Amino acid sequence: MIPASFDYKRAGSAAEAIALIGEYGDEAKFLAGGHSLLPMMKLRLAQPTVLVDIGRITDLSYIREEAGHIAIGALTRHMDVENSPVLAEHVPLLAAAASYVGDAQVRHRGTLGGSIAHADPASDLPATTLALGATYVVQGPNGTREIAAKDFYLSFLESALEPDEILTEIRVPKMNGAGWNFQKFNRRAQDWAIVGVAAWRRGSESGVGLVNMGSTPILASGVSAALAQGASVADAAKLASADAQPQADLNASVEYRTHLAEVLVRRALDASS
Amino acid sequence: MRHDCARHRGDVRSNRLSHPFEGDCIVQIRVTVNGTTHESDVEPRTLLVHYVREQLGLTGTNVGCDTSSCGACTLHLNGEAVKSCTVLAVQADGQDVATIESLAVDGVMHPMQTAFMENHGLQCGYCTPGMVMASISLLNENPNPTEDEVRLGLEGNLCRCTGYHNIVKSVLACANAASLAGGK
Repeated sequence: MIPASFDYKRAGSAAEAIALIGEYGDEAKFLAGGHSLLPMMKLRLAQPTVLVDIGRITDLSYIREEAGHIAIGALTRHMDVENSPVLAEHVPLLAAAASYVGDAQVRHRGTLGGSIAHADPASDLPATTLALGATYVVQGPNGTREIAAKDFYLSFLESALEPDEILTEIRVPKMNGAGWNFQKFNRRAQDWAIVGVAAWRRGSESGVGLVNMGSTPILASGVSAALAQGASVADAAKLASADAQPQADLNASVEYRTHLAEVLVRRALDASS
Repeated sequence: MRHDCARHRGDVRSNRLSHPFEGDCIVQIRVTVNGTTHESDVEPRTLLVHYVREQLGLTGTNVGCDTSSCGACTLHLNGEAVKSCTVLAVQADGQDVATIESLAVDGVMHPMQTAFMENHGLQCGYCTPGMVMASISLLNENPNPTEDEVRLGLEGNLCRCTGYHNIVKSVLACANAASLAGGK
């Protein structure tokens, strides 16, 4: 399978990438690691006529400790997220979730920012950063703005990113010793999750993100509200699907996904407590 | 990287090349493959696996699923295993690529190849180049893996003969031989 023909531009900086995407408009797409976009192009589900390669913008690949959060450059690869000592100390849930993405070869190429910008509800890291209360920093022709993860995912593969904006940084609050767990239920190695759960808990606070439980990554805020009011893990987990809109596919019916979500949220919270 | 495109003239970042494919964009890339630097004209949509197989004639890298699932096309990009059916040749411009053909030196096999041979780590052989390249990358990152770590580390490579047991055994044997040789 070979993608439809396109022209290739390589950007040396975020500003240059924005200028190039502005020049070509809707027919252009950013190319980072390419592990979401290229498979879609090979299947001709996407046929951009221009690719703006941002994969060489090395100053967007970093993991830095800031006062209350960790700042991660959008082009940081999954493998670097997985193996980061800074994240292991301050945001271990994200490092662990990154280790579940695809396989080693995929993690050598795919990037955190690419996964988030692609906004696939079946991907592990959008839901994980959502659970962690991350903020995404985006840059456009008129400067930068911050978008809370909970406001970012609009519908299937649709985000609040404007076509001429580029995601540059992911800011993830430090977990400050919170308990955490990541659950990924699939039937074959390296598959997407049929349902996945990213959860953390610290005292009365918690965050629960659901993978593949709707057209966007889902924040199970009802679960966290119940826990804050003193509900048991088992009772709170019953609310796992309250904020979700699971859909049926070849792998699972709506009922099965709903059941999985409750079981996996319960397991994740038990392991986080 | 030099660049030409009939549809998008006026690219200030690059020189133009004349090319025979009217209407299609052609870029010139410079890639070091198995220690030899090649300057090649490619369409931007050319996949790295097709570039090494069809333009360079290095057919040891196989195409299996063509959907970044099976790992048969695994080669090394800057020393790390990648699935070359999901990398564009233009993304390898200026980079270092190593394929299965790079491993044996003067007819002497790489220790991983020897380990696969001695442990019957292959049956039909189709997945083997990808398995060997993924296994070397795995040991580069984790020189002394457990059996579970080998199985997890090779999850991106499928063997449809289902010969996984001896593949895992081969990788562990190679790791063990390397650590013995290193005096660890």
